[in-house]
Parts: sequence; structure tokens; C-alpha cells
Amino acid sequence: MSNVFIAFQRNEETRCIVDAILADNPQAVVNLQPAMVKIDAPDTMVIRRSTVEEQIGRPFNLQELHINLITLTGHINETDDEFTLSWKH
Amino acid sequence: MHIDLRTVNIEPLRQTFDHIAARIGSDKPASRYIEGTMDVQAAANFHYRPTWDPEHEIFDATRTAITMKDWYALKDPRQFYYGAYTASRARMQETAEADFEFVETRGLADSYDEAARRAALDFYIPLRHVAWGANMNGASMCAYGFGTAITQPCLYQGMDQLGVAQYLTRMGLVLGDEAEVQAAKKAWMDQPQWQELRRYVEDTLVIKDWFEMFVAQHAALDAMLFGLAYTEVDQALNAKAGPTVSLMTRFPTELFEDSSKWVDACLRVAAAENPQNKAQLQEWLAHWRGRALTALQPLASMALGLDADAALARVAARLDTRLAKAGLLA
Repeated sequence: MSNVFIAFQRNEETRCIVDAILADNPQAVVNLQPAMVKIDAPDTMVIRRSTVEEQIGRPFNLQELHINLITLTGHINETDDEFTLSWKH
Repeated sequence: MHIDLRTVNIEPLRQTFDHIAARIGSDKPASRYIEGTMDVQAAANFHYRPTWDPEHEIFDATRTAITMKDWYALKDPRQFYYGAYTASRARMQETAEADFEFVETRGLADSYDEAARRAALDFYIPLRHVAWGANMNGASMCAYGFGTAITQPCLYQGMDQLGVAQYLTRMGLVLGDEAEVQAAKKAWMDQPQWQELRRYVEDTLVIKDWFEMFVAQHAALDAMLFGLAYTEVDQALNAKAGPTVSLMTRFPTELFEDSSKWVDACLRVAAAENPQNKAQLQEWLAHWRGRALTALQPLASMALGLDADAALARVAARLDTRLAKAGLLA
């Protein structure tokens, strides 16, 4: 089992994204650093558009992740509704 | 000399204000919406009671029959505080302005079908007076309501309605001229098909219970009127004469979609609070919804002819779906 992670700049917008990730991935662990927030999760992590929209209170396009994205690991599987990181091919 | 660079993580002693931490826990930072909303309303240490209403304190939760253990449960799912609200409306305004410019530069209004132009002017322009009434009601709910969570978006919604009135007026000036806008005022005052709606608007202006006003304005009238005007009549005009009017009514259409989320959330939370609330909301809804339907009937007939009944039935069905989700049907 190995981790995937994603790191964002820490701001008003990413706080909602992080809350959404934590809601959808019970195994995820937050690591708050100066100006950066990194989230680790074993094997797989999913970011759901619907959950982010609930948290942020407006329509959200998953491509908006990239505005605040610093880095990530894992293979990406991306649809309009879900952004998944995992080690599966 | 050897310099060692390292990052030092300084944890702030407090993540947020104490009164916010008491609600969400002290271990995490609060959003700006939460910080700018929760417990902002003055709730204690009032001085004199207002001479115009000695039964109540100046800010008093008992001005409505609805009761809440915590008035801040009526949160806005759009999370609008002043900054977020103005940013969102600036975006909507930019699009709306671009649409008006498009209509004007392409001469779409000049080449618009004559019968459709008459229909659009007759139906849409008097609605600016309805929107003005809604603006007054928004300010009134904000003034007499309790808890910033609900009074804040009530005022925003009131301002949005002023925007609706302005865009309708502007559509009148693009499709017609100043005389058309004057004629619409005359129709609003004198023509029989407008009088039931005018009575509705004027009656809502003097509702004492601000939550009843919320139901009468947002849940009954706006849900039916916006559904009729910006979906049904809009589609009928599109089918006849192309989307010129749709371009100019973009703001109210988007506003309806946006504000419905907020209205539904408030109704859901208030109805779930206790059975008395639910019964009271249902009673208000039954009354005002029936009146809204009566008021819109002649206008739907004017704009849609024989399709009026089917269109109003669709509008009512959409409102039912919303109310069912809010737990207010049955």
C-alpha cells in the first residue's frame, strides 16, 4: 500500500476543496504547512465536484483545482464529476 | 560561513474569533462567510423599546410566528457575505451587459418580429413594478427579521430585484421607447389583467410577519412568476421570434436559479425545526400560492393564449418539486 497525495496553496478557496476531500476520503490525512496544505491518502483519493460545490456554495469546475495546485502524486483519472488519484493503471 | 535555511511553522494561537470557535470548534479556521455572519446580529443589552412597536425590542426574534432555537441555522448555501455577493453579481452583470450590447450592435431589436415585440412589451415591462415591490419587501425582511444569516441574504435579494427592475426597464427602452415604459406603468395601474397581481404585491408590502413575507414573496410569488415569465413566456417568444428577449432577460433567469437554492434551504431548515413551523409554513404557502396562481392566470392568458393553463400547471409542478424537497408537501 502506498500513498497518493495532493498539495494546494492555503487560501479561502482551497479550504473548501480540502473539506470536500476529507468528507469523501475518510482515510485522508491533512498536513498543514506554511502557505501549503498537503493531503495524503492510502492508495486512492477522489475529489468530487458535487461535494466541492456543496462546500463552496457555487458551481465548481474541477479544472479550477489547477489554479491552486502545487503538486500531486498518483495516476490521474479525470472526468467532469470526479478527479481520482490512484496507483491503478 | 554556513547558513542553514529552514521553514518554521508557526501555529496561530487562535484560528478564529471565540464566538465562531464556540460554534465550529477551535481547531480549524472559519470561512469568511461564517466569520461575517454568525452572531453578528445584536441580541442583548438593548436600551429603550421602539416607540413604534413597544411590544418588541428593537431587534426581536418574536416578530414572526416561526420559532428557531438558533436563528443562525438558516444559513445561505451560496455563502454570500458582502464581498462574495458583489463579486458574484458583478460577474452576472458583466454577462448581462454583454448580452444587451450584442442585441444593440447587431440591431436585433430593430429586426425583432412586430407581434412578438408587442407581446414582450405588454408582458415584461409592467413586471418592473413587481420587482420594485420585491425590493421593498427584501429591505423590510432585513429590517424586521432576526439573525444575520437570514437578514443578510434578504437584503441582497432585495437589491437583486432592483437589478431585475432596471434590466426590465432597459429592455423596454431597447424594444420600445420611454413612452412604452410609461404605457407599462399605466397598464399596471389601470388594466384589469394586472390588478390581481398589483393587489398581491401591495398586500405583501404590509405583511407584519416577516417570515410570512418571505414565503409570500420568495416561495409563492417569485417561484411562480419567474417560472412563468423567464421559462414559459420566454420559450414561447423564442419559438415565435428567436432569442432576442432571452438575451435581455438573462439576469432574472440566472438570479432565479441562484436564489431558489437559498430559499429552498431556508424553508427546509425552518420546516424541519419543529412541527409548528412546518404547519405554519404550509398554511402561508397554501394561502399565498393560491393567490399567486389567481394573479398570474390573466397574465399567462395574455402572453400565452390557449397554452396558459398548461404552462401554469408546469410552473406549479416545478414549485411542488421544490417544496417536496424542502419537506413541505404532505
